[in-house]
This record gives sequence, C-alpha cells and structure tokens, in this order.
Amino acid sequence: MAHALLNHHAVDEGCSFRDRYVEAYRIMLRARVLDDKLASLYRMGKIHGGVFLGRGQEALSVSVGVSLRAGDVFAPLIRDGAGRLAFGEPVLDAVRTYLGSPLGPMRARDGNVHRGRPREGLFAMISHLGSMISLVNGALLAHRFKDIRGTVGAACVGDGATSTGSFHEAVNQAAVEKLPLVLVIANNHYAYSTPTERQFACHSLVDKAVGYGIHGEDVDGTDLSACLKVVGNAVSEARAGHGPQMVVARLLRLCGHGEHDDAGYIDPKLKQSPLGRDCLRVAESVLAKEGWADAPAMAAWRKEAVQEIEEIAAKVQREAGPDPYKEDWCALASKHLSEGYDQG
Amino acid sequence: MSLTYLDAIREAQARALADDPRVFIYGQDVGAFGGAFKATKNLAQRFPGRVIDSPISEDAMLGLAVGAAIQGMRPIIEMQFADFSTPAFNQIVNQAATLYWRTRVPCPITVRLPCGGTSGSGPFHSQSMEAIYAHYPGLIVMTPATVEDAYSMLLEAVALDDPVIFCEHKYLYYHLKAEQLPVEAMPTGKARIARAGRDVTLVAYSAMVHEALAVADELASEGAEIEVVDLRSVKPLDTDTVMASVARTGRLLCAGESWPWGGVTAEVIARVASEGFGLLDAPPQRLNAKDTPVPYHPGLWAAHRPTARSIAAAARRLLRL
Repeated sequence: MAHALLNHHAVDEGCSFRDRYVEAYRIMLRARVLDDKLASLYRMGKIHGGVFLGRGQEALSVSVGVSLRAGDVFAPLIRDGAGRLAFGEPVLDAVRTYLGSPLGPMRARDGNVHRGRPREGLFAMISHLGSMISLVNGALLAHRFKDIRGTVGAACVGDGATSTGSFHEAVNQAAVEKLPLVLVIANNHYAYSTPTERQFACHSLVDKAVGYGIHGEDVDGTDLSACLKVVGNAVSEARAGHGPQMVVARLLRLCGHGEHDDAGYIDPKLKQSPLGRDCLRVAESVLAKEGWADAPAMAAWRKEAVQEIEEIAAKVQREAGPDPYKEDWCALASKHLSEGYDQG
Repeated sequence: MSLTYLDAIREAQARALADDPRVFIYGQDVGAFGGAFKATKNLAQRFPGRVIDSPISEDAMLGLAVGAAIQGMRPIIEMQFADFSTPAFNQIVNQAATLYWRTRVPCPITVRLPCGGTSGSGPFHSQSMEAIYAHYPGLIVMTPATVEDAYSMLLEAVALDDPVIFCEHKYLYYHLKAEQLPVEAMPTGKARIARAGRDVTLVAYSAMVHEALAVADELASEGAEIEVVDLRSVKPLDTDTVMASVARTGRLLCAGESWPWGGVTAEVIARVASEGFGLLDAPPQRLNAKDTPVPYHPGLWAAHRPTARSIAAAARRLLRL
C-alpha cells in the first residue's frame, strides 16, 4: 500500500555510481529550478505566507531521497525539496500547497513546506521540527508490529532542532528500541539568525551520537559524492538492522531562512569558505571533469526542468482557490462527534 | 464478583488488545510492573510484545503514537499522571489534533490521563487537564464517572478514528465498584441524567458526579429535588441534555474539579446563558477548585476542591435566588 501514488526516484542500488550521481544531480537541478520559481512567485505576491528554499542543501537532501525505497518513511525538513522530489513527491504537490490550491494534498488548509502524504510515507511536518523524529519512530515500530521488514525511516532536522527536548527524547527512544532510524542533521550553521556557537557547545554535533549509543558520521554537505556515500551507507546500515544512524552534514544555506529574510547575519568568511560552495556547481564540475555530462547536456536538462515547472506553475495558477462555504469546518474524523459551533 | 473503576480500565484494555491486533499500550512502567496504578497489571504477560515500557519521554511517547497511528495502529498511551502530559502537550495539540484536518489521515490514539486529586498528592500529581485539551480542535475529551463508563468509553476511545484524551479519575480507581461490566453503553457525546429532579440542574463530570449525587441526597431531605447531569464527555459537550434539564428546573449549577478560569463549567454556563437565557429563573452558578496549585495537606486539599458540602451550600443559595 505504501507509495501507491508517489513516483519514487530511488536509484537502483545495483547501478553504477556514475548513474546514481547523474540521477541525483538531475533531481537537485529540478529542485533548484522549482525553488527559483517559488521565489519568483513570492516576489510577484502570488504566495501567501513564507517561502522556504533549499539552496545549498540539495546535495545532502537528494542523497536522503534517492537512498530511500518504496515503503520507507521520510520526514523532511524545510529545505528538503530535492529529497522530496527524489522520494517521489510530485512537483504539483509543492506548487499547489504554496499557492493554496484546494486540489493539493493539504487542500489549502496548510501551506508551503507543511505538506506531505503521510499514508505513503511522506510525513507532513509541523513547525516544531524536532517533534517529527518520534513520529518516524512510531511508524517504524508499527512496521515491526506488522512484521514489515527491511524498511527504514529518515528524519531530517537542522542544527537548531538538536537543541530541543523533542530531539533528545526521540533519538534516545529510537536507540532504546533499536529502530532503523536514519537521523540526518543539516548543520547549515544558522538556525534562522542564530549561529551555532549560540546553539550548542559541543565540538561537533556528531559527538552526540555516542551519548545516545548510536552510530554517527560526519560529511561535507556540499559534496554530492560524499553525501551519496555517507547517507547511502547510513541507510544501508539501518536497513540491515544495525540500529539508528546519525549523519551530520556541514554546509551553508545559500539564502535567507525564508524569502523574507536577506540573511545579512551570515558571516562573509563562512560564505567564502569551502562550506559556502554551491553544491549544484560542485556537482556540475564533477560531471564535467569525470566526463559524465557535458555543458550542452546539462543545459538541456535545465531546459527540460524549467519547462516542466513552468507548465505546472501555470496550471496551478489557473486553479480556483478554496471556497470557505464548502469547507466542513470539522477537525474530527468522527463527524458525528463534531459540535458544529455556529457563530453566525 | 465486584469490579472497581480501575479494574474496568484494565479489562477494557485487555479486551481491546484481544479484539484488535492494531492495539498496543506504551507508557512508563506499564510492562511487567503493570503501571503505577496497576491499570495494566498482567497485560504484558497476556499480550507479549504489545505492552511496552517507554523511557521517561512523554513527548516521544506521544510522537511515537501518532507515527504508529499513521501506519494504521491504534496505540493506547498511559501517562503516569495527567500532570505529566504537559511535556507531551505539543505532540497532542499540534501533531495528533491537527493530523486529520491537515492530511485526511485519521489519528486513532487514546491518551489515558490519571487525573484529579487525592489527598497528599500535591501540585504535580493531582491536576485535572480536561479543559486545556478540550480547548483544542481535533480532540475528544472523555471524563467517565462510573465503572460502566470507564469500561465502555475506553473501548469506544480505542475504536474512534480521532485522538481521545481519556481522563480517568484517580480517586474513583478504588472507591467505585460495580457488580459486572456493562454489555451495552450510551454512546460518547450523550450526557446522562444521573438523578432526576425538578428544582436545580446540577451539571458535573468525573468524580464530581459523586459529590453531586451526595448533594442530591442531602437536599432531598430538605425537600429540594436536584437533577444531576453527568456530562460523561466534556468534548463533545451534550448541550441538548443540559438545556432540556434547565428547561425543567429553571436553575443551573455546575461543579468542576479543575481551576475556575475558563473551563468546562464556564463553557456550560456560556452555552445555557446564550442559547437558553429565557429558561433560567436565576443567575447560573458554578463551583470550581480554588485558583491555586493543588495543595498537599489533606486539610488544605479538601478545602481546595468543591465537595458535597460546598456544592450543597451553593445549591441552597441558588434555590433562594
């Protein structure tokens, strides 16, 4: 039943690293083009509320998505557009949710990054991101009850969520239950405007893994090759029954917290450091250097992505918004227990 | 055979586990130990692997329940005390309560809250949380007052496709007995006339129902007939039954064990005043706990919450109005 609708982009684990890399790059590219379009729609005033982009985090994000299989569970963070596409989330879901289309998975009731298809394993985040980890634990425990074997759950958070109580409780819980949880921490060095030195005092976040009794790995989040290997290996280890795995990726967000934020607080030295590299450009240089794709091929892929996303954005902009008079205004599945307050 | 309110809660869980493979119990000390109040005694042995001890992590306990529910399970979460549900508040009101409305995926979880005061328990083992949870859309809040309701409503809570906050009163655990478990039950959402009368409608729920029945007994000897309405669930709140009773009596008194600001008694009075003002022969009244944390000493504790004595005094005043 899982992934009945999601068109999963997991790369065949038997294929060559080159094929995995190319597939992952093309998904990163689509995610970047989608982000650019969302930013443009925001600037045009067509999106209500915030817009949260994944620029600079695509290499890590896509590595999570392509490492998961149908039947796995994925709780993305707000910058996981690439991982979502790789996991099979339709571009339509993203655009419809941002534009408040009632045809989207959230039916205009929730917006932007707060979207998903929980029954198909793609969880719809609430803002308190650390609290998504224990939901993944619950799904994995349910798999254990139902004797569904070989599945994993990926929960993605940023450096900020590691300071929450929810994070601690859930990681400890996964360790106690020895669940196949892959905990991916994107340390992009700022939680909104707060730098890591005001967020935690340990040397590296990966040092926390040993305290929970789980395995942890550190990775350069700007390097697609490294991310594919480290995240892929963590997923394999969890799938093999070796308990929760933590991956901490070092990177920098190449945009504001949201499109309303000019990110003027980001230290210019960090921007100029290797952390500030654009993972998409890094991947393109690897593709060219290895001879896996030349500039015309990459340009053609971009053109294809732009065309796909422009067509979807145009289609969704023609869709009618929600009709408040057709809402049932009922938060319960048990409709007979709804009190139906009529405030006139 | 005689069954306590606590026995009924244990038997309902045993039946839910026996009848439905999707049900499991998760909470602190619920496994081999059988729970702090023994509400899960022997269940871990009878249902191996399905009654699981959790770390002291209320937030993660609730999050795990929501994730399991998404995957089709029907978890029962035991909070050791209602007071300890506050670390799980976010998971209850922001994850569980919003899931169906946001995603159309139901969240069939039952959160058992041992609530209410017993003397000597103090500020952090005595709270009544029903009003807090009832405030949030997407939750059902049950407050059973009888052994029969403890059994049948807990089974209904597990069967419902929504998150249910099941407020089980600790004082009733051992003090309330019935001869047998019910074979049929009133549905959730319907209040019960626990005692008929024509002079005052006394609305109560959970342990306060028994204080209210004692008041009705006492005032009967003075010639006054008190009609006791047991709300059974505070969300949904059966306004129709309350209103019909007030139409008969013309007088309304509400008693609740939780704090006065807002809450269930205020909600009942607001509804009757706005929808049935013309039915009232006197200003509606309410009694709640005092607006302080729940005190430790038995003397202070008894004076903190409404009792049969204070409710009777309020009823007498209302009869003179």
